[in-house]
Amino acid sequence: MRVSDVRICIIRVGGTNCDRETKRSIEDLGAKADVWHLSMLVKKRALHEYDGLVIPGGFSFGDYVRAGAILAKSLTVKLGAELERFIDEGKPILGICNGFQVLVESGLLPGFDGISKYPEAALATNIPIGYRCRWVYLRHENSGKCIFTSEIPRGKVLRIPIAHAEGRFIFPKDRERRLLDRLIENDQLVLRYCSEDGSPANGRYPDNPNGSFYDIAGICNSSGTIFGLMPHPERAFYGWQLPDWTRMEKPPKFADGKMIFFSMIEYITRRF
Amino acid sequence: MSRPLYIRRDLPFELYEVNILEADDEQLARISEERGLALNLREMKAIRDYFRKEGRNPTDVELQTLGQTWSEHCFHKTFKGTIITEGERIDSLFKTYIARATEELNKPWCISIFEDNAGIIQFENDIAVAVKVETHNHPSAIEPFGGAATGIGGVIRDVLGVWGEPIACMDVLGFGPLDYDYKKLPAGVKHPKYIYRGVVAGIGNYGNNMGIPTVNGAIYFDESYVGNVVVYCGCVGILPIRKYIKNGKPGDAIVLAGGRTGRDGIHGVTFASLELTEESEETSRPAVQIANPIEEEKLARAIIKIRDYELASSITDLGGGGLSSAVGETAHKFGCGAHVELDKVPLKQPNIAPWEIYISESQERMLLTVPEENVNRVLEIFMSEDVEATVIGRLTRDKRLKLTYQGWQVADLDLDFLFSPPRFIGSAEWRPPRYAEPEFEEPEDLGEILMKILSSPNVASKESVIRTYDHEVKGNTVIKPLCGVNAGPSDAAVLKPLNDSWRGLVISCGMNPRYGKIDPYWMAASAIDEAIRNNIAVGGRRIALLDNFVWGSPEKPDRLGALVRACKACYRFAREFDAPFISGKDSLYNESPLGPVTPTLLITAIGIIPDVRSAVTSDLKAPGDLIYILGRTYRELGGSEYYRLFGSIGNSVPKVRPEEAKSTFSRLIQAIDSGCVRACHDLSEGGLGVAAAEMAFSGDIGLEIHLQRVPRSETIQRDDHMLFSESNSRFLVEIPEGRRDEFERIMDGATYSLIGRTRKERKLLIYGLNGSRIIDADLGRLMYFWKKTLGG
Repeated sequence: MRVSDVRICIIRVGGTNCDRETKRSIEDLGAKADVWHLSMLVKKRALHEYDGLVIPGGFSFGDYVRAGAILAKSLTVKLGAELERFIDEGKPILGICNGFQVLVESGLLPGFDGISKYPEAALATNIPIGYRCRWVYLRHENSGKCIFTSEIPRGKVLRIPIAHAEGRFIFPKDRERRLLDRLIENDQLVLRYCSEDGSPANGRYPDNPNGSFYDIAGICNSSGTIFGLMPHPERAFYGWQLPDWTRMEKPPKFADGKMIFFSMIEYITRRF
Repeated sequence: MSRPLYIRRDLPFELYEVNILEADDEQLARISEERGLALNLREMKAIRDYFRKEGRNPTDVELQTLGQTWSEHCFHKTFKGTIITEGERIDSLFKTYIARATEELNKPWCISIFEDNAGIIQFENDIAVAVKVETHNHPSAIEPFGGAATGIGGVIRDVLGVWGEPIACMDVLGFGPLDYDYKKLPAGVKHPKYIYRGVVAGIGNYGNNMGIPTVNGAIYFDESYVGNVVVYCGCVGILPIRKYIKNGKPGDAIVLAGGRTGRDGIHGVTFASLELTEESEETSRPAVQIANPIEEEKLARAIIKIRDYELASSITDLGGGGLSSAVGETAHKFGCGAHVELDKVPLKQPNIAPWEIYISESQERMLLTVPEENVNRVLEIFMSEDVEATVIGRLTRDKRLKLTYQGWQVADLDLDFLFSPPRFIGSAEWRPPRYAEPEFEEPEDLGEILMKILSSPNVASKESVIRTYDHEVKGNTVIKPLCGVNAGPSDAAVLKPLNDSWRGLVISCGMNPRYGKIDPYWMAASAIDEAIRNNIAVGGRRIALLDNFVWGSPEKPDRLGALVRACKACYRFAREFDAPFISGKDSLYNESPLGPVTPTLLITAIGIIPDVRSAVTSDLKAPGDLIYILGRTYRELGGSEYYRLFGSIGNSVPKVRPEEAKSTFSRLIQAIDSGCVRACHDLSEGGLGVAAAEMAFSGDIGLEIHLQRVPRSETIQRDDHMLFSESNSRFLVEIPEGRRDEFERIMDGATYSLIGRTRKERKLLIYGLNGSRIIDADLGRLMYFWKKTLGG
């Protein structure tokens, strides 16, 4: 498939608010992106016409219960079978920030054994508590399974901003170690918060901005085609979005977030 | 009086006739008080006269409608009224000073000024920006979280109300000292810390959840804000100029869309037009509305679609006064009348009286007028976004406001009468206060003084607040509120609102309440200068201004006298700086048991930058560069942060010298455009000392400065005065050695001087007037003091 034939579906509901810049990022790379209100997408049964799906950031349905929980339920109830087919066909799904919360709440991530009936992890309230908007460093930890970072060398440090109040990735306390081992063994660990030089944040604030277990910022499912991350790659797409581009002699045209969208589109063109 | 004051009509719902025809003066005052109208006797008499001519008593719906429409909050009686002051008669402060500057400047890029919900100016080609700044002080004093959140919600709707798509928010806040003694708090006044936390959380909750970046703001602390919290909320939107459609006509349907109407927000505007008292919490809690940012997000989506398809003939928001102001103003604006069926309004709960429905300020509601043939499509669009929308009435040919409920007429008012309240007549006097200019020996350790000023709440880093606001959402924030490697303070925000253009929008503000204690005239002048120089510091130009007054009761001559002085400065300096006012708002009656608010004028400046890639930030960029100061330093420490350290105010308030300022401003813009400016920072609170320290630790680059070389007036003889004077119109700039000649050629003719260099060693070194080293401070230490007060 040529890049210009790639069609990405961006889902939104009331409270979604990062759909426009996500669409812009994808379209800037030459693919086509359509923003669909979930109720319209359900009504028109249009998901199968797309090659990839993005659940963008925001506060879906106000996040009035756990962040992402209501949209997660809506997705599985209203799109269940279609979504499963979409996943089985190997079509990629990206969840950014609130989208990551949705993927975890809906059991798509970490998805050790396919879609789980109940969430196997959670994105809990930040420690220190509170909403925080800041640029963070992320180390790419994936050895090749995650198709969203296939164009990023392992060990590379990326800079992308976060903005959330509930981004602390956790596993159930009693199985924490075991599940982490599994995540690593399966090559499902993708991004970890780190310091500028790439050394682990080790839970230290503000390098680890939310107290995430094992500094986890982004993970993929067992097939590598579903990826969720708390940072916002669409806000780190262009060089002029960088927080310190005025300090650079020649600011780059693009910033690190671009590689995530680029890898996703690359995968689609290769695979389909 | 033969009949009672209130007569319940024999109807299946609650409707009272108010026996105004037989009421004497005392009873008129009683009616105003008991019904929460906040109208004075003159106004009540005018109402009685009107109904005498009509030959009947008003209903409670009619009386409430008049109370809302004639409130200070809705009608701005003071700014439109007559003011008698020492031998002078001013007919409308607004026309005489604010609007006049704009009219005389007559800028072709001003599209809709002062007449709609927000000011609209051209941005690029056929794209315009709409800007509005509001206050939400009274509600925030009672319920900080809800008050601030609905303040943001309200100003966003103002922008939607001119068909603008919101792209950024701004917030300027004023609190009492966070360490204020609990024992000194009068009953009914909440502690500044409680208010601070609630307001900040409320703002974040609304802007973040709705997905609008908060890109600019400020926080000030002042004793007078203990009883009168100050919450300014601003919003910028963008719209294609040809989509600015406002042409309602008789027969158009009146569509109410968004949240349901409830009992929250009853009497918000009349409450805002009264002084706060011990009982305010008890009596006015229902005046504070409840916020739902997600509802507004959906509403905004639908409205932008309706705009793009050009389906509606007009739009306005429901803010203060609720339906009563939205319906009345819409009909009046188009020379129409209106007929509204109040029972069609979707309600949160049953059994709300007609008058409550009509004046409720429930949030997230918008009013559209829609030509009959488009009604179904408009309703469908709202439905597609899960937004409730209902046709509640029509514009009519007669100029009357007719309201019905279950088929019964509950109001029938002449719209011309409704919009011509008796003119406010106020008397004003201003006596300059005399504060002693403090006399003290120059402190020995100015480094220690600098650290104290850096850690004073007004100067200290606001990072702990800024980071709780999403300033990145929408992905268009080019210059963010924090800059450099250490989250230094940005002078202004720059947005890149269009995907296919490099043109940027520059947003900045200026506010100097401490100067207002000495002279509101120079406070206003300084605020204008500060807002403009912040804008220019990052590369902004073609600046438009917004004025937002927070003042005490205009019924007290000294408060009004101060207001007149501030307005005079607004006119003069808007003219001088070629910067028209495009929108503004006043919040008066900010009085509490602790006294009046310090007269506070917020000036917001909206500039443009032709190419965002040429924007400049304030953090130092590299060692070995040249540091210049632009502008002259005078012995102006009145109201300064330095004097505050000594518990003094002083009298030598900073002035604005427009000729000097303009010669600096125009050359600085040229220099920025030439690309030779690596960093630029304006000098404000804490003067040269603070600006130099901020630039250095923001960039983590050392700096050496020689005070001997700073252009100064003869009155400056001391290092402390030199370092901490807050004279206006000054900047520090960083220029690479290789572009020295070019920069000096551009600056030729202005007051400027090379005063130092950037250094590798992470220190701030300052040499005094006699050449000796007076400050030798580690940048980490300076930053520590700057960040510790409010947390990093």
